[in-house]
Amino acid sequence: MKLKKLRKISRRNALQIIATFTGTAMLPSMSFSQPNKALDRINEITKGLGAIESDIYLDLPEIAENGNQVKVSFEMDSPMTESDHVKTVYILADGNPSPNVAKFYFTPEMGSCSATTRMRLSKTQNVYLLAENNNGQFLMTNAKVKVTIGGCGG
Amino acid sequence: MSSIKPRVKVPKEVSIDEIVEIKTLIRHPMHSGRMKDADGQTIPRQIINFFSAKFNGKDVFKMDLEPSISTNPYIVFQYKAKESGTFDFEWIDDNGEKYSISKKMTVS
Repeated sequence: MKLKKLRKISRRNALQIIATFTGTAMLPSMSFSQPNKALDRINEITKGLGAIESDIYLDLPEIAENGNQVKVSFEMDSPMTESDHVKTVYILADGNPSPNVAKFYFTPEMGSCSATTRMRLSKTQNVYLLAENNNGQFLMTNAKVKVTIGGCGG
Repeated sequence: MSSIKPRVKVPKEVSIDEIVEIKTLIRHPMHSGRMKDADGQTIPRQIINFFSAKFNGKDVFKMDLEPSISTNPYIVFQYKAKESGTFDFEWIDDNGEKYSISKKMTVS
């Protein structure tokens, strides 16, 4: 009798173990299937060609205390001549309600490819920079920003 | 809205081929369409969605702004001085309103 009871419990336990195991096993696959909006947007902009990871200088705070005002600046090595210059730069954030933050249009008149602005970040997330050269080549980089207080409202 | 006033910092006198920094700031709430007011009502989206800078009528720099840009958009960019002239800056609001300012720069 005692043995039977023990067996019963152990079977229930076994079921519970299976249930929790499959539950936890499903979690990472679920978070994996959740799309990264910024990377999707990069795919869309580059028309599936993708971008080359490059060491662009992207200046972001490691920890942003206030997500409402996060300063972002970047600088790219480019001769900025008619034949070789950076045409557009996108700033994308994968954790914001919309991944688009800004799109900059550069011209050779500027002499250098750098800009600064301030953006909102709703939570801790990766910020991506995607740059397009005038010859159609795409370069990208990213940086993680820890946000203490989110800044997108709601 | 006359309360929205842009501010721009352009060096007055620069030497030729010098790369100068242009700083711009415009006072604007940049309602993202997600914020709520004191009564819990969603404030409709109203942002500055476009910024452009021209020098002597020629396009220098443009920018598309999204709701993720902070209140009072601050934009800094660089320009290689070649000749004296005038900068024309323009911001376009969601409601179609345009705010502009001009600054002179002398190149020696």
